[in-house]
Amino acid sequence: MQLTIKVWRQKNNKSKGKFETHQLSNISPDMSFLEMIDVLNIQMIEAGQDPVAFDHDCREGICGTCSMYINGRPHGPHSGITTCLLHMRSFKDGETIVIEPWRSAAFPVLKDLVVDRSSFDRIVAAGGFISVNTGNAQDANSLPINKEDADASFAAAACIGCGACVAACPNGSAMLFTAAKITKLAKLPQGQPERYIRAKSMVQQMDKEGFGACSNHGACEVECPKEITLETIALMNRDYLTASLIENKEG
Amino acid sequence: MALDAKIPGGSLAEKWTQYKSKIPLVNPANKRSLEIIVVGSGLAGASAAASLAEMGYKVKVFCFQDSPRRAHSIAAQGGINAAKNYQNDGDSVYRLFYDTIKGGDYRAREANVYRMAEVSTNIIDQCVAQGVPFAREYGGLLSNRSFGGTQVQRTFYAAGQTGQQLLLGAYSALERQIGYGNVTMLSRHEMLDIVKIEGKARGIIARNLVTGELERHFGHAVLLCTGGYGNVFYLSTNAMGSNVTAAWKAHKRGAFFGNPCYTQIHPTCIPVSGDHQSKLTLMSESLRNDGRIWVPGKQNDTRKAIDIPEEERDYYLERRYPAFGNLVPRDVASRAAKERCDAGYGVGSSKMAVYLDYADAIDRYGKQEATKLGEQASEARIRELGKEVVKAKYGNLFDMYKQITGENPYEEPMRIYPAVHYTMGGLWVDYNLMTTVPGLYALGEANFSDHGANRLGASALMQGLADGYFVIPYTIGAYLSTEIRTKAIPTTHEAFEEAENNVRNTLNQMLNIKGTKPVDHFHKALGRIMWDECGMSRNEAGLKQAISDIRAIKTEFWSNVRIPGTSDELNPELEKAGRVADFIELGELMCIDALNRNESCGGHFREEYQTEEGEALRDDENFAFVSAWEYLGAMGFELHKEELIYENIKIAQRSYK
Repeated sequence: MQLTIKVWRQKNNKSKGKFETHQLSNISPDMSFLEMIDVLNIQMIEAGQDPVAFDHDCREGICGTCSMYINGRPHGPHSGITTCLLHMRSFKDGETIVIEPWRSAAFPVLKDLVVDRSSFDRIVAAGGFISVNTGNAQDANSLPINKEDADASFAAAACIGCGACVAACPNGSAMLFTAAKITKLAKLPQGQPERYIRAKSMVQQMDKEGFGACSNHGACEVECPKEITLETIALMNRDYLTASLIENKEG
Repeated sequence: MALDAKIPGGSLAEKWTQYKSKIPLVNPANKRSLEIIVVGSGLAGASAAASLAEMGYKVKVFCFQDSPRRAHSIAAQGGINAAKNYQNDGDSVYRLFYDTIKGGDYRAREANVYRMAEVSTNIIDQCVAQGVPFAREYGGLLSNRSFGGTQVQRTFYAAGQTGQQLLLGAYSALERQIGYGNVTMLSRHEMLDIVKIEGKARGIIARNLVTGELERHFGHAVLLCTGGYGNVFYLSTNAMGSNVTAAWKAHKRGAFFGNPCYTQIHPTCIPVSGDHQSKLTLMSESLRNDGRIWVPGKQNDTRKAIDIPEEERDYYLERRYPAFGNLVPRDVASRAAKERCDAGYGVGSSKMAVYLDYADAIDRYGKQEATKLGEQASEARIRELGKEVVKAKYGNLFDMYKQITGENPYEEPMRIYPAVHYTMGGLWVDYNLMTTVPGLYALGEANFSDHGANRLGASALMQGLADGYFVIPYTIGAYLSTEIRTKAIPTTHEAFEEAENNVRNTLNQMLNIKGTKPVDHFHKALGRIMWDECGMSRNEAGLKQAISDIRAIKTEFWSNVRIPGTSDELNPELEKAGRVADFIELGELMCIDALNRNESCGGHFREEYQTEEGEALRDDENFAFVSAWEYLGAMGFELHKEELIYENIKIAQRSYK
């Protein structure tokens, strides 16, 4: 395959970026998208140019590291997969592919396609856990959990923290990410004692990080590679509201 | 130097309990002034860091990824073993211990393995308490499945992403401590040297990967939880960033390297599709629960799988190993696949693949479902129902296969071939998980300790979490209780100066070569040699040739590598170069170790040493030891031996027939 690649170049978070155009030939349809970028980078290094920096690690769709905006969509043209599982057979010979980093105020660009997503970690640190120290657990089977709840928790827990939801959202909102973390624990009996304080702390941290508000656009759900649903956001809103009601009552 | 594994006395079943209750403690006030550095944030690192911070120690965690949640433990698919005996199928701590020692081909240390089996049950309890959403039955209790090398169902799982769910559990515990200010987290930082003062590990030099700045960090103890070195083969199921650098720098500072040649080649991976291949993808071992592995009975059969009638297929694992069938251990399954392909029975365009077939399972599950529903189902309906069941169990794996290959595994069998997956070797550690450098520990895949010459499926997650949650929090007391009078050493100390200069010089030297070949060129060349000569089968001549070829690659690397950019910016090529330079040196040691071990055991198969049936032939009289290699710089490597003494298990030839 022959391809024209238009890729975002930006030296660091202080400089302004711009698009750069490259031609590629001999791209196999069996290559993954990231292998195509490997080929581009080798070509650039051999030509004495600075290769494109991009985040990637497991290349099997689970670590959540890869984060590219491809032809206007996070993780490219298909639903339900990450960039690393996207293969070149999904593109046409002669096509022009535009590659950009995630764009959101809360994800500053560090270089080229690499962004800083540490805001996600801070949202988790604010309450995305169950407070149980090592060595305090009871026997695992002493707490039966109905399969439906366990499965709902698992479905939310499938979130890989890639940030596609934020990149897809016109407001740059992190509601889907935060809601997935909250739902995972809210669906389990172990998560009940801290349920409402958790929702409150995480939402507050999310706001503090500069993510936008949710306007029920729904792009996050469409673009999520792990198909986390908007229902999680409904649950989060309910829990957040409950938290403030509890607070009012106590106050 | 004589190796002392510091195995406590007493009977096997009592060792850990008795030892644990006698390890010196550190009082809460002293814990607050003791600093611990944890390098790596996977299952071992995150669980250790969270647990130590909960206990009151001051902890700093480093990872090269942008978030601790991305460590490669995340990619583990199939499950985690624990001797819970929830299935009432005769499991016990002893049986898990026995299976692990036997699976490791009698090359692991009894006391460590028993301890791991013992704490395995606590791990499941801990993870459930943290909210890890394991698979459950309709009654609300935990579900289990089988893995290779065992005859019980002891594997706990969360669909095909057990690693991610366990890591998210440990990560959330870690983030909780970060939020409380008990852990300082340094993401996008890579450890590039160990700092030793008066023989003890006292800190590290780390590079901030965003700014390129070199940083000095002090610790009373340093824990390396940095995973394995499978990427020495270039193509492996490891993540692109997985590397040996931290462990290798420690090795060069005096930590012995244990059993470097023990590599696990996983039998069920998606085959290589071309020269562009950057990594390989595992298809979980759990698929061998229901899938059947076969090749055509005739050589060079070019018919489509579906057109080959049942009687012309060779289900070679079921044929050769009737007792364990498709669930033989990984090393055995991998060699058997290689044997068939080398003999000309392979399938697919490269002929280097075998079939993993779900047709029977789909049929069996479909019939079960039809019975449940009381339907008189047609064949098509049975297949439809069966596919639903398979989808529920393995859906994400099937989807991934389809994404990568463009083929539909519900309709035609998957093509699979073995690939490098895990390294049993690693830094030598004693019973406390301390390396030969006082104050320097290695946990999880980074150490050599529990899997002998072959790891059983679903045991890596178990080991990482056992080390992090339930071993190091106790054993570190044995060392730190003697360190309570040591004040934090200022990082202006000359040892920090020397280590930082050492790192800076190496980085500058690499950048200044300005040669013609990109880093990947050297990595691929190394990988090819390692796979051909130090992979699934090895021989004397090949290994000798490999050693000289690797030395040539090293010379060429240091004179002709081209690294663009500078050291004071985000520079992924520079990061890669440092890692590949270390892989080249490690590759030589792996070949030396493989050449030295004149026997076959587990993942180490020397062609000269095999039974008439082609099985691995151990030499217990001469090789029942751990090879622990000491780095001597220009003088090479010196072998030290830890004799393996089996007091509780009778060494036998491993049989899965």
